[in-house]
Amino acid sequence: MKMSMKSKVIIYTLLTAVAVYFLAPFIYMFFTAFKTEAEAIAYPPRLFPSKWLFENFKNAWQSQPFGTYLKNSIIITVMTTAGQIISCSLVAYGFARFEFKGKNLLFMILLSTMMIPWDVTMIPQYMEFNLFGWINTLKPLIVPAWFGSAYYIFLMRQFLMGVPKDFEEAARIDGANAFQIYWKIFMPILKPSLILVGVLNMITVWNDYLGPLIFLHDRSKYTLALGLATFKGIHSTRIIPMLCITIIMIIPPIIIFIIAQKYIVEGTSGSIK
Amino acid sequence: MKQKKFIRNATPYFFITPWIIGFLVFTIGPLILSLGMSFFDWPLTSDPVFKGFGNYTEMFTKDTQFWKSLTISLKYAAIFVPLNMAIALFLAMLITQPVNGVKIYRTIFYIPAVISGVAVSIIWGWILNGDYGVLNYLLSLLGITGPRWLVDPAWALFAVILASAFGVGTMMLIFYTDIKNIPIDLYEASSLDGASPAKQFFCITLPIITPTILFNLITSVISSFQQVTLVMLLTGGGPLKSTYFYGLYTYNNAFKHHKLGYASANAWVMFIIILILTALIFKSSSTWVFYETEAKNGKKKKGGKK
Repeated sequence: MKMSMKSKVIIYTLLTAVAVYFLAPFIYMFFTAFKTEAEAIAYPPRLFPSKWLFENFKNAWQSQPFGTYLKNSIIITVMTTAGQIISCSLVAYGFARFEFKGKNLLFMILLSTMMIPWDVTMIPQYMEFNLFGWINTLKPLIVPAWFGSAYYIFLMRQFLMGVPKDFEEAARIDGANAFQIYWKIFMPILKPSLILVGVLNMITVWNDYLGPLIFLHDRSKYTLALGLATFKGIHSTRIIPMLCITIIMIIPPIIIFIIAQKYIVEGTSGSIK
Repeated sequence: MKQKKFIRNATPYFFITPWIIGFLVFTIGPLILSLGMSFFDWPLTSDPVFKGFGNYTEMFTKDTQFWKSLTISLKYAAIFVPLNMAIALFLAMLITQPVNGVKIYRTIFYIPAVISGVAVSIIWGWILNGDYGVLNYLLSLLGITGPRWLVDPAWALFAVILASAFGVGTMMLIFYTDIKNIPIDLYEASSLDGASPAKQFFCITLPIITPTILFNLITSVISSFQQVTLVMLLTGGGPLKSTYFYGLYTYNNAFKHHKLGYASANAWVMFIIILILTALIFKSSSTWVFYETEAKNGKKKKGGKK
Protein backbone atom coordinates (compact mmCIF):
# COMPACT_ATOMS: atom_id res chain seq x y z
CA MET A 1 0.00 0.00 0.00
CA LYS A 2 1.29 3.41 -0.91
CA MET A 3 1.24 6.14 1.64
CA SER A 4 1.18 9.87 1.30
CA MET A 5 3.97 12.00 2.70
CA LYS A 6 1.56 13.59 5.14
CA SER A 7 0.38 10.33 6.69
CA LYS A 8 3.98 9.12 6.92
CA VAL A 9 4.88 12.20 8.93
CA ILE A 10 1.91 11.65 11.24
CA ILE A 11 2.82 7.99 11.79
CA TYR A 12 6.47 8.71 12.55
CA THR A 13 5.48 11.46 14.94
CA LEU A 14 3.14 9.14 16.82
CA LEU A 15 5.66 6.27 16.85
CA THR A 16 8.37 8.54 18.17
CA ALA A 17 6.15 10.11 20.83
CA VAL A 18 5.21 6.69 22.20
CA ALA A 19 8.82 5.51 22.01
CA VAL A 20 9.89 8.52 24.04
CA TYR A 21 7.24 7.77 26.65
CA PHE A 22 8.49 4.19 26.97
CA LEU A 23 12.21 4.90 26.75
CA ALA A 24 12.57 8.14 28.68
CA PRO A 25 12.24 6.57 32.15
CA PHE A 26 15.00 4.09 31.34
CA ILE A 27 17.34 6.68 29.91
CA TYR A 28 16.80 9.04 32.80
CA MET A 29 17.26 6.17 35.27
CA PHE A 30 20.46 5.14 33.56
CA PHE A 31 22.03 8.58 33.88
CA THR A 32 20.82 9.07 37.43
CA ALA A 33 22.45 5.83 38.58
CA PHE A 34 25.85 7.49 38.11
CA LYS A 35 25.02 10.58 40.16
CA THR A 36 25.57 11.33 43.81
CA GLU A 37 22.63 10.83 46.16
CA ALA A 38 22.24 14.60 46.55
CA GLU A 39 22.33 15.19 42.83
CA ALA A 40 19.71 12.49 42.26
CA ILE A 41 17.13 14.25 44.37
CA ALA A 42 18.15 17.78 43.39
CA TYR A 43 15.35 19.94 42.13
CA PRO A 44 15.12 20.96 39.34
CA PRO A 45 16.60 17.66 38.09
CA ARG A 46 19.34 17.49 35.51
CA LEU A 47 19.69 14.69 33.01
CA PHE A 48 23.44 14.10 33.03
CA PRO A 49 25.55 13.50 36.12
CA SER A 50 28.13 16.19 36.83
CA LYS A 51 30.62 13.41 37.53
CA TRP A 52 30.21 9.77 36.47
CA LEU A 53 30.39 7.62 39.60
CA PHE A 54 30.91 4.13 38.24
CA GLU A 55 31.55 2.85 41.74
CA ASN A 56 27.84 3.36 42.49
CA PHE A 57 27.16 -0.03 40.96
CA LYS A 58 29.86 -1.74 42.96
CA ASN A 59 28.66 -0.14 46.19
CA ALA A 60 25.04 -1.04 45.49
CA TRP A 61 25.97 -4.63 44.73
CA GLN A 62 27.94 -4.91 47.96
CA SER A 63 25.30 -3.25 50.14
CA GLN A 64 23.49 -6.58 50.38
CA PRO A 65 24.41 -10.16 49.41
CA PHE A 66 23.28 -9.58 45.85
CA GLY A 67 25.66 -12.25 44.59
CA THR A 68 23.63 -14.81 46.52
CA TYR A 69 20.35 -13.31 45.32
CA LEU A 70 21.57 -13.50 41.75
CA LYS A 71 22.58 -17.12 42.20
CA ASN A 72 19.13 -18.00 43.59
CA SER A 73 17.38 -16.16 40.77
CA ILE A 74 19.44 -18.02 38.20
CA ILE A 75 18.81 -21.40 39.84
CA ILE A 76 15.05 -20.82 39.93
CA THR A 77 14.90 -19.46 36.41
CA VAL A 78 16.97 -22.24 34.86
CA MET A 79 15.27 -25.04 36.79
CA THR A 80 11.71 -23.86 36.07
CA THR A 81 12.47 -23.30 32.42
CA ALA A 82 13.87 -26.80 32.05
CA GLY A 83 10.82 -28.16 33.85
CA GLN A 84 8.32 -26.26 31.74
CA ILE A 85 9.97 -27.21 28.48
CA ILE A 86 10.08 -30.91 29.29
CA SER A 87 6.71 -31.36 30.95
CA CYS A 88 4.70 -29.00 28.77
CA SER A 89 6.01 -30.57 25.58
CA LEU A 90 5.18 -34.08 26.85
CA VAL A 91 1.65 -33.09 27.80
CA ALA A 92 1.09 -31.01 24.67
CA TYR A 93 2.26 -33.96 22.56
CA GLY A 94 -0.16 -36.23 24.41
CA PHE A 95 -3.08 -33.92 23.81
CA ALA A 96 -2.21 -33.00 20.24
CA ARG A 97 -1.27 -36.32 18.65
CA PHE A 98 -3.37 -39.01 20.33
CA GLU A 99 -6.99 -39.95 20.62
CA PHE A 100 -7.97 -41.30 24.01
CA LYS A 101 -10.89 -41.62 26.34
CA GLY A 102 -11.70 -38.46 28.27
CA LYS A 103 -9.37 -36.36 26.16
CA ASN A 104 -11.82 -33.55 25.48
CA LEU A 105 -12.97 -33.39 29.06
CA LEU A 106 -9.41 -33.31 30.37
CA PHE A 107 -8.46 -30.63 27.91
CA MET A 108 -11.44 -28.50 28.91
CA ILE A 109 -10.37 -28.86 32.54
CA LEU A 110 -6.86 -27.83 31.59
CA LEU A 111 -8.14 -24.72 29.84
CA SER A 112 -10.45 -23.77 32.68
CA THR A 113 -7.63 -23.91 35.23
CA MET A 114 -6.26 -20.81 33.52
CA MET A 115 -9.20 -18.94 35.02
CA ILE A 116 -8.49 -19.81 38.64
CA PRO A 117 -6.90 -16.81 40.28
CA TRP A 118 -3.66 -17.63 41.98
CA ASP A 119 -4.98 -16.03 45.16
CA VAL A 120 -7.36 -18.94 45.67
CA THR A 121 -4.68 -21.61 45.58
CA MET A 122 -1.91 -19.51 47.11
CA ILE A 123 -3.00 -19.98 50.73
CA PRO A 124 -3.53 -23.77 50.67
CA GLN A 125 -0.39 -24.15 48.57
CA TYR A 126 1.49 -22.38 51.29
CA MET A 127 0.07 -24.84 53.82
CA GLU A 128 0.90 -27.75 51.55
CA PHE A 129 4.50 -26.66 51.14
CA ASN A 130 4.68 -26.00 54.85
CA LEU A 131 3.62 -29.60 55.42
CA PHE A 132 6.28 -30.83 52.98
CA GLY A 133 8.84 -28.73 54.86
CA TRP A 134 9.56 -26.72 51.75
CA ILE A 135 9.01 -23.23 53.14
CA ASN A 136 12.18 -21.18 53.05
CA THR A 137 13.64 -23.40 50.35
CA LEU A 138 13.62 -22.82 46.61
CA LYS A 139 11.46 -25.92 46.03
CA PRO A 140 7.99 -24.28 46.05
CA LEU A 141 9.24 -21.98 43.32
CA ILE A 142 10.72 -24.76 41.20
CA VAL A 143 8.84 -28.02 41.62
CA PRO A 144 5.38 -26.97 40.32
CA ALA A 145 6.97 -25.93 37.03
CA TRP A 146 7.94 -29.56 36.44
CA PHE A 147 4.25 -30.42 36.12
CA GLY A 148 3.53 -27.93 33.38
CA SER A 149 1.49 -24.75 33.10
CA ALA A 150 -1.87 -24.74 31.35
CA TYR A 151 -1.06 -21.70 29.23
CA TYR A 152 2.23 -23.08 27.92
CA ILE A 153 0.72 -26.52 27.29
CA PHE A 154 -2.05 -24.85 25.33
CA LEU A 155 0.46 -22.82 23.32
CA MET A 156 2.50 -25.91 22.38
CA ARG A 157 -0.55 -28.01 21.66
CA GLN A 158 -1.79 -25.38 19.21
CA PHE A 159 1.57 -25.54 17.48
CA LEU A 160 1.63 -29.35 17.29
CA MET A 161 -1.93 -29.53 15.96
CA GLY A 162 -0.67 -27.99 12.75
CA VAL A 163 1.86 -30.74 12.00
CA PRO A 164 0.63 -33.22 9.32
CA LYS A 165 -0.19 -36.78 10.36
CA ASP A 166 2.36 -38.40 8.01
CA PHE A 167 5.21 -37.27 10.24
CA GLU A 168 4.76 -39.90 12.87
CA GLU A 169 3.28 -42.54 10.56
CA ALA A 170 6.50 -42.91 8.60
CA ALA A 171 8.47 -43.23 11.83
CA ARG A 172 5.98 -45.73 13.24
CA ILE A 173 6.40 -47.97 10.20
CA ASP A 174 10.14 -47.86 10.85
CA GLY A 175 9.39 -49.28 14.29
CA ALA A 176 9.80 -46.20 16.46
CA ASN A 177 7.74 -46.09 19.64
CA ALA A 178 5.72 -43.11 20.83
CA PHE A 179 8.46 -41.79 23.05
CA GLN A 180 11.07 -42.00 20.31
CA ILE A 181 8.72 -40.17 17.98
CA TYR A 182 8.20 -37.47 20.59
CA TRP A 183 11.90 -37.08 21.25
CA LYS A 184 13.39 -37.47 17.76
CA ILE A 185 10.67 -35.99 15.60
CA PHE A 186 8.46 -33.66 17.58
CA MET A 187 11.00 -32.02 19.86
CA PRO A 188 12.96 -30.63 16.87
CA ILE A 189 9.74 -29.48 15.16
CA LEU A 190 8.63 -27.83 18.39
CA LYS A 191 11.79 -25.78 18.67
CA PRO A 192 10.22 -22.35 18.00
CA SER A 193 7.48 -23.13 20.46
CA LEU A 194 9.97 -24.38 23.05
CA ILE A 195 11.96 -21.20 22.72
CA LEU A 196 8.82 -19.09 23.09
CA VAL A 197 7.73 -20.92 26.24
CA GLY A 198 11.27 -20.84 27.60
CA VAL A 199 11.58 -17.10 27.10
CA LEU A 200 8.13 -16.29 28.49
CA ASN A 201 8.82 -18.44 31.52
CA MET A 202 12.28 -16.98 32.08
CA ILE A 203 10.94 -13.44 32.00
CA THR A 204 8.01 -14.23 34.29
CA VAL A 205 10.05 -16.14 36.85
CA TRP A 206 12.91 -13.66 36.83
CA ASN A 207 10.49 -10.84 37.65
CA ASP A 208 8.33 -12.79 40.09
CA TYR A 209 7.99 -11.10 43.43
CA LEU A 210 4.96 -12.55 45.19
CA GLY A 211 6.07 -16.19 45.06
CA PRO A 212 9.49 -15.58 46.62
CA LEU A 213 7.92 -13.14 49.08
CA ILE A 214 5.56 -15.81 50.40
CA PHE A 215 7.86 -18.82 50.38
CA LEU A 216 11.28 -17.40 51.29
CA HIS A 217 12.22 -15.87 54.63
CA ASP A 218 15.99 -15.88 54.99
CA ARG A 219 18.10 -13.38 53.13
CA SER A 220 20.32 -16.24 51.99
CA LYS A 221 17.35 -17.57 49.99
CA TYR A 222 16.25 -14.25 48.49
CA THR A 223 16.00 -13.65 44.78
CA LEU A 224 17.07 -10.47 42.99
CA ALA A 225 13.49 -9.19 42.83
CA LEU A 226 13.05 -9.69 46.54
CA GLY A 227 16.38 -8.09 47.36
CA LEU A 228 15.60 -5.12 45.16
CA ALA A 229 12.25 -4.65 46.88
CA THR A 230 13.94 -4.33 50.27
CA PHE A 231 15.24 -0.95 49.17
CA LYS A 232 11.66 0.25 49.27
CA GLY A 233 10.58 1.26 52.71
CA ILE A 234 13.61 0.98 54.90
CA HIS A 235 15.74 3.64 53.25
CA SER A 236 13.37 5.40 50.96
CA THR A 237 15.92 8.13 50.36
CA ARG A 238 18.70 5.85 49.16
CA ILE A 239 17.76 6.01 45.52
CA ILE A 240 21.12 5.41 43.91
CA PRO A 241 21.70 1.77 44.97
CA MET A 242 18.07 1.05 44.23
CA LEU A 243 18.38 2.34 40.68
CA CYS A 244 21.72 0.58 40.13
CA ILE A 245 20.24 -2.78 41.08
CA THR A 246 17.12 -2.10 39.01
CA ILE A 247 19.33 -1.54 35.97
CA ILE A 248 21.30 -4.72 36.65
CA MET A 249 18.08 -6.69 37.09
CA ILE A 250 16.35 -5.53 33.92
CA ILE A 251 19.28 -6.16 31.59
CA PRO A 252 18.97 -9.98 31.28
CA PRO A 253 15.27 -10.04 30.32
CA ILE A 254 15.81 -7.27 27.78
CA ILE A 255 18.72 -9.11 26.17
CA ILE A 256 16.78 -12.39 26.11
CA PHE A 257 13.78 -10.67 24.60
CA ILE A 258 15.79 -8.95 21.87
CA ILE A 259 17.48 -12.22 20.90
CA ALA A 260 14.25 -14.23 20.93
CA GLN A 261 11.78 -11.61 19.77
CA LYS A 262 11.20 -13.32 16.43
CA TYR A 263 9.81 -16.34 18.29
CA ILE A 264 7.72 -14.24 20.63
CA VAL A 265 6.09 -12.31 17.81
CA GLU A 266 5.44 -15.43 15.71
CA GLY A 267 4.45 -17.57 18.64
CA THR A 268 1.84 -15.13 19.81
CA SER A 269 -0.07 -15.43 16.56
CA GLY A 270 -2.69 -18.13 16.45
CA SER A 271 -2.06 -19.10 20.03
CA ILE A 272 -5.35 -17.81 21.31
CA LYS A 273 -8.02 -19.19 19.02
CA MET B 1 -1.00 -59.24 21.96
CA LYS B 2 -3.23 -58.08 24.78
CA GLN B 3 -0.27 -56.48 26.50
CA LYS B 4 0.61 -54.57 23.37
CA LYS B 5 -2.89 -53.18 23.18
CA PHE B 6 -2.71 -52.09 26.78
CA ILE B 7 0.52 -50.25 26.14
CA ARG B 8 -0.99 -48.54 23.12
CA ASN B 9 -4.01 -47.45 25.14
CA ALA B 10 -1.93 -46.28 28.07
CA THR B 11 0.62 -44.32 26.03
CA PRO B 12 -1.30 -41.02 25.74
CA TYR B 13 -2.01 -41.02 29.46
CA PHE B 14 1.67 -41.51 30.09
CA PHE B 15 2.40 -38.29 28.20
CA ILE B 16 -0.19 -36.22 30.02
CA THR B 17 0.66 -37.65 33.45
CA PRO B 18 2.83 -34.71 34.55
CA TRP B 19 -0.07 -32.34 34.08
CA ILE B 20 -2.55 -34.68 35.80
CA ILE B 21 -0.31 -34.99 38.86
CA GLY B 22 0.33 -31.25 38.89
CA PHE B 23 -3.37 -30.56 38.54
CA LEU B 24 -4.24 -32.82 41.47
CA VAL B 25 -1.43 -31.66 43.76
CA PHE B 26 -1.08 -27.99 42.90
CA THR B 27 -4.53 -26.99 41.66
CA ILE B 28 -7.52 -29.12 42.55
CA GLY B 29 -6.15 -30.26 45.91
CA PRO B 30 -5.41 -26.72 47.09
CA LEU B 31 -8.69 -25.55 45.58
CA ILE B 32 -10.72 -27.99 47.66
CA LEU B 33 -8.59 -27.34 50.73
CA SER B 34 -9.11 -23.63 50.25
CA LEU B 35 -12.87 -24.03 50.03
CA GLY B 36 -12.81 -26.10 53.20
CA MET B 37 -10.57 -23.62 54.98
CA SER B 38 -12.94 -20.79 54.20
CA PHE B 39 -15.42 -22.30 56.72
CA PHE B 40 -12.86 -22.28 59.52
CA ASP B 41 -11.21 -19.82 61.77
CA TRP B 42 -7.70 -20.87 60.82
CA PRO B 43 -4.89 -19.01 62.51
CA LEU B 44 -1.45 -20.17 61.50
CA THR B 45 -0.35 -20.60 65.10
CA SER B 46 -3.17 -22.60 66.70
CA ASP B 47 -5.75 -25.20 65.73
CA PRO B 48 -8.53 -24.34 63.30
CA VAL B 49 -12.07 -23.85 64.61
CA PHE B 50 -15.12 -24.56 62.46
CA LYS B 51 -17.37 -21.55 62.04
CA GLY B 52 -19.66 -22.45 59.15
CA PHE B 53 -20.48 -19.49 56.99
CA GLY B 54 -19.10 -17.20 59.69
CA ASN B 55 -16.27 -15.87 57.55
CA TYR B 56 -18.65 -15.06 54.74
CA THR B 57 -21.25 -13.34 56.91
CA GLU B 58 -18.54 -11.38 58.68
CA MET B 59 -17.13 -10.28 55.34
CA PHE B 60 -20.46 -9.15 53.95
CA THR B 61 -21.95 -7.58 57.06
CA LYS B 62 -19.16 -6.37 59.34
CA ASP B 63 -16.00 -5.92 57.33
CA THR B 64 -16.10 -2.47 55.75
CA GLN B 65 -12.66 -3.00 54.25
CA PHE B 66 -14.01 -5.88 52.17
CA TRP B 67 -16.49 -3.61 50.40
CA LYS B 68 -13.94 -0.83 50.11
CA SER B 69 -11.32 -3.08 48.55
CA LEU B 70 -13.83 -4.67 46.25
CA THR B 71 -14.96 -1.24 45.05
CA ILE B 72 -11.37 -0.14 44.48
CA SER B 73 -10.59 -3.25 42.42
CA LEU B 74 -13.79 -2.90 40.40
CA LYS B 75 -13.04 0.76 39.81
CA TYR B 76 -9.51 -0.08 38.76
CA ALA B 77 -10.75 -2.77 36.37
CA ALA B 78 -13.42 -0.46 34.96
CA ILE B 79 -10.86 2.22 34.15
CA PHE B 80 -7.79 0.16 33.44
CA VAL B 81 -9.20 -2.59 31.21
CA PRO B 82 -10.82 -0.43 28.50
CA LEU B 83 -8.03 2.14 28.66
CA ASN B 84 -5.30 -0.45 28.36
CA MET B 85 -7.09 -2.24 25.53
CA ALA B 86 -7.61 0.99 23.61
CA ILE B 87 -3.94 1.88 23.99
CA ALA B 88 -2.84 -1.64 23.03
CA LEU B 89 -5.01 -1.60 19.93
CA PHE B 90 -3.84 1.87 18.97
CA LEU B 91 -0.18 0.86 19.32
CA ALA B 92 -0.80 -2.36 17.41
CA MET B 93 -2.30 -0.37 14.54
CA LEU B 94 0.66 1.95 14.68
CA ILE B 95 3.24 -0.82 14.38
CA THR B 96 1.43 -2.49 11.49
CA GLN B 97 1.88 0.60 9.34
CA PRO B 98 4.16 -0.10 6.37
CA VAL B 99 6.92 2.39 7.22
CA ASN B 100 10.65 1.83 7.55
CA GLY B 101 12.12 1.08 10.94
CA VAL B 102 8.80 0.04 12.40
CA LYS B 103 10.38 -3.14 13.83
CA ILE B 104 12.60 -1.08 16.10
CA TYR B 105 9.58 0.76 17.42
CA ARG B 106 7.84 -2.56 18.02
CA THR B 107 10.77 -3.69 20.15
CA ILE B 108 10.81 -0.44 22.12
CA PHE B 109 7.08 -0.67 22.81
CA TYR B 110 7.37 -4.21 24.11
CA ILE B 111 10.43 -3.81 26.34
CA PRO B 112 8.66 -2.23 29.35
CA ALA B 113 6.37 -5.29 29.47
CA VAL B 114 9.44 -7.53 29.73
CA ILE B 115 10.58 -5.99 33.01
CA SER B 116 7.28 -6.14 34.90
CA GLY B 117 7.00 -6.37 38.66
CA VAL B 118 9.45 -4.93 41.13
CA ALA B 119 11.56 -3.02 38.62
CA VAL B 120 8.56 -1.25 37.11
CA SER B 121 7.20 -0.27 40.50
CA ILE B 122 10.60 1.09 41.56
CA ILE B 123 10.99 3.11 38.39
CA TRP B 124 7.50 4.60 38.71
CA GLY B 125 7.76 5.19 42.42
CA TRP B 126 10.79 7.31 41.66
CA ILE B 127 9.31 9.14 38.68
CA LEU B 128 6.09 9.93 40.54
CA ASN B 129 7.78 11.10 43.73
CA GLY B 130 6.26 14.36 44.92
CA ASP B 131 9.54 15.98 46.03
CA TYR B 132 12.04 15.21 43.30
CA GLY B 133 10.02 13.16 40.77
CA VAL B 134 10.73 14.04 37.20
CA LEU B 135 7.10 13.86 36.09
CA ASN B 136 6.10 16.82 38.22
CA TYR B 137 9.17 18.69 37.02
CA LEU B 138 8.11 18.15 33.41
CA LEU B 139 4.58 19.25 34.27
CA SER B 140 5.96 22.37 35.94
CA LEU B 141 7.69 23.25 32.68
CA LEU B 142 4.21 23.38 31.18
CA GLY B 143 3.05 25.53 34.05
CA ILE B 144 1.14 22.74 35.78
CA THR B 145 1.60 21.97 39.45
CA GLY B 146 1.60 18.20 39.56
CA PRO B 147 -0.19 16.38 42.38
CA ARG B 148 1.74 14.45 45.00
CA TRP B 149 0.81 11.29 43.13
CA LEU B 150 1.52 8.60 45.65
CA VAL B 151 0.53 10.41 48.84
CA ASP B 152 -2.63 12.12 47.63
CA PRO B 153 -5.63 9.75 47.98
CA ALA B 154 -7.31 11.46 45.05
CA TRP B 155 -4.45 10.63 42.69
CA ALA B 156 -2.92 7.39 43.96
CA LEU B 157 -5.24 5.08 42.03
CA PHE B 158 -4.54 7.04 38.89
CA ALA B 159 -0.82 6.71 39.58
CA VAL B 160 -1.18 2.93 39.79
CA ILE B 161 -3.05 2.92 36.47
CA LEU B 162 -0.33 5.05 34.89
CA ALA B 163 2.35 2.63 36.05
CA SER B 164 0.47 -0.50 35.02
CA ALA B 165 -0.10 0.89 31.53
CA PHE B 166 3.66 0.48 31.12
CA GLY B 167 3.03 -3.23 30.56
CA VAL B 168 0.69 -2.72 27.62
CA GLY B 169 3.20 -4.39 25.27
CA THR B 170 1.98 -7.96 25.71
CA MET B 171 -1.55 -7.12 24.71
CA MET B 172 -0.30 -4.94 21.90
CA LEU B 173 1.64 -7.88 20.53
CA ILE B 174 -1.40 -10.15 20.59
CA PHE B 175 -3.43 -7.54 18.68
CA TYR B 176 -0.51 -6.96 16.34
CA THR B 177 -0.11 -10.58 15.24
CA ASP B 178 -3.84 -10.84 14.69
CA ILE B 179 -4.03 -7.70 12.58
CA LYS B 180 -0.99 -8.87 10.61
CA ASN B 181 -2.89 -12.01 9.63
CA ILE B 182 -5.72 -10.13 7.97
CA PRO B 183 -5.36 -10.66 4.21
CA ILE B 184 -4.22 -7.49 2.54
CA ASP B 185 -6.56 -7.89 -0.44
CA LEU B 186 -9.49 -7.05 1.82
CA TYR B 187 -8.02 -3.60 2.27
CA GLU B 188 -7.04 -3.25 -1.37
CA ALA B 189 -10.51 -4.12 -2.57
CA SER B 190 -12.14 -1.67 -0.21
CA SER B 191 -9.64 1.03 -1.17
CA LEU B 192 -10.77 0.66 -4.77
CA ASP B 193 -14.32 1.13 -3.57
CA GLY B 194 -13.18 4.38 -2.01
CA ALA B 195 -13.28 3.41 1.68
CA SER B 196 -11.37 5.75 3.97
CA PRO B 197 -8.77 4.36 6.44
CA ALA B 198 -11.19 5.08 9.30
CA LYS B 199 -13.96 3.17 7.54
CA GLN B 200 -11.57 0.29 6.84
CA PHE B 201 -10.65 0.16 10.50
CA PHE B 202 -14.25 0.01 11.69
CA CYS B 203 -15.61 -2.23 8.92
CA ILE B 204 -12.72 -4.64 8.33
CA THR B 205 -10.09 -4.63 11.08
CA LEU B 206 -12.30 -4.27 14.11
CA PRO B 207 -14.86 -6.99 13.25
CA ILE B 208 -12.13 -9.48 12.30
CA ILE B 209 -10.22 -9.05 15.55
CA THR B 210 -13.26 -9.30 17.85
CA PRO B 211 -12.26 -12.81 19.05
CA THR B 212 -8.92 -11.37 20.11
CA ILE B 213 -10.65 -8.47 21.80
CA LEU B 214 -12.68 -11.03 23.74
CA PHE B 215 -9.54 -12.92 24.75
CA ASN B 216 -7.77 -9.74 25.87
CA LEU B 217 -10.85 -8.51 27.68
CA ILE B 218 -11.17 -11.67 29.75
CA THR B 219 -7.49 -12.06 30.55
CA SER B 220 -7.14 -8.43 31.56
CA VAL B 221 -10.23 -8.47 33.77
CA ILE B 222 -8.76 -11.50 35.55
CA SER B 223 -5.32 -9.97 35.87
CA SER B 224 -6.62 -6.62 37.07
CA PHE B 225 -8.30 -8.39 39.97
CA GLN B 226 -5.03 -10.09 40.80
CA GLN B 227 -2.98 -6.92 40.71
CA VAL B 228 -0.86 -7.11 43.86
CA THR B 229 2.86 -6.59 43.28
CA LEU B 230 2.61 -3.13 41.79
CA VAL B 231 0.32 -1.68 44.46
CA MET B 232 2.20 -3.39 47.23
CA LEU B 233 5.44 -1.73 46.20
CA LEU B 234 4.17 1.50 44.75
CA THR B 235 1.72 2.65 47.42
CA GLY B 236 1.49 -0.23 49.90
CA GLY B 237 -2.30 0.14 49.60
CA GLY B 238 -2.25 3.72 50.80
CA PRO B 239 -2.61 6.62 51.14
CA LEU B 240 -5.62 6.25 53.44
CA LYS B 241 -6.18 2.84 51.84
CA SER B 242 -7.18 4.51 48.60
CA THR B 243 -5.31 1.82 46.64
CA TYR B 244 -5.97 -1.08 48.97
CA PHE B 245 -6.80 -3.47 46.14
CA TYR B 246 -8.74 -6.65 46.74
CA GLY B 247 -5.73 -8.83 45.98
CA LEU B 248 -3.64 -6.95 48.53
CA TYR B 249 -6.45 -7.18 51.08
CA THR B 250 -6.57 -10.97 50.62
CA TYR B 251 -2.81 -11.25 50.78
CA ASN B 252 -2.59 -9.21 53.98
CA ASN B 253 -5.37 -11.14 55.67
CA ALA B 254 -3.50 -14.35 54.97
CA PHE B 255 0.16 -13.56 55.38
CA LYS B 256 0.19 -10.46 57.54
CA HIS B 257 -2.72 -11.05 59.90
CA HIS B 258 -2.47 -14.86 59.59
CA LYS B 259 -6.23 -15.24 59.18
CA LEU B 260 -5.90 -18.07 56.69
CA GLY B 261 -9.53 -19.17 56.82
CA TYR B 262 -10.85 -15.67 56.38
CA ALA B 263 -8.44 -14.98 53.55
CA SER B 264 -9.56 -18.21 51.85
CA ALA B 265 -13.11 -16.93 51.98
CA ASN B 266 -11.89 -13.64 50.47
CA ALA B 267 -10.20 -15.54 47.68
CA TRP B 268 -13.29 -17.61 46.94
CA VAL B 269 -15.44 -14.52 46.70
CA MET B 270 -12.93 -13.14 44.22
CA PHE B 271 -13.02 -16.38 42.25
CA ILE B 272 -16.81 -16.26 42.06
CA ILE B 273 -16.79 -12.62 41.00
CA ILE B 274 -14.30 -13.44 38.25
CA LEU B 275 -16.44 -16.36 37.13
CA ILE B 276 -19.55 -14.19 36.99
CA LEU B 277 -17.77 -11.41 35.10
CA THR B 278 -16.28 -13.90 32.65
CA ALA B 279 -19.64 -15.55 32.12
CA LEU B 280 -21.26 -12.17 31.47
CA ILE B 281 -18.56 -11.24 28.99
CA PHE B 282 -18.94 -14.58 27.21
CA LYS B 283 -22.69 -14.24 27.15
CA SER B 284 -22.52 -10.77 25.67
CA SER B 285 -19.86 -11.89 23.20
CA SER B 286 -22.36 -13.64 20.93
CA THR B 287 -23.69 -10.21 20.00
CA TRP B 288 -20.38 -8.59 19.19
CA VAL B 289 -17.80 -11.28 18.46
CA PHE B 290 -17.52 -12.34 14.87
CA TYR B 291 -15.98 -15.76 14.19
CA GLU B 292 -14.48 -16.56 10.84
CA THR B 293 -16.23 -19.93 10.67
CA GLU B 294 -19.56 -18.14 10.58
CA ALA B 295 -18.52 -16.28 7.47
CA LYS B 296 -16.91 -19.08 5.49
CA ASN B 297 -19.20 -18.43 2.57
CA GLY B 298 -17.92 -14.86 2.41
CA LYS B 299 -14.59 -13.72 1.12
CA LYS B 300 -11.33 -15.62 1.23
CA LYS B 301 -10.72 -17.17 4.60
CA LYS B 302 -8.46 -15.38 6.99
CA GLY B 303 -4.90 -16.50 6.33
CA GLY B 304 -2.08 -17.24 8.71
CA LYS B 305 -0.81 -20.32 10.40
CA LYS B 306 -2.66 -21.81 13.23
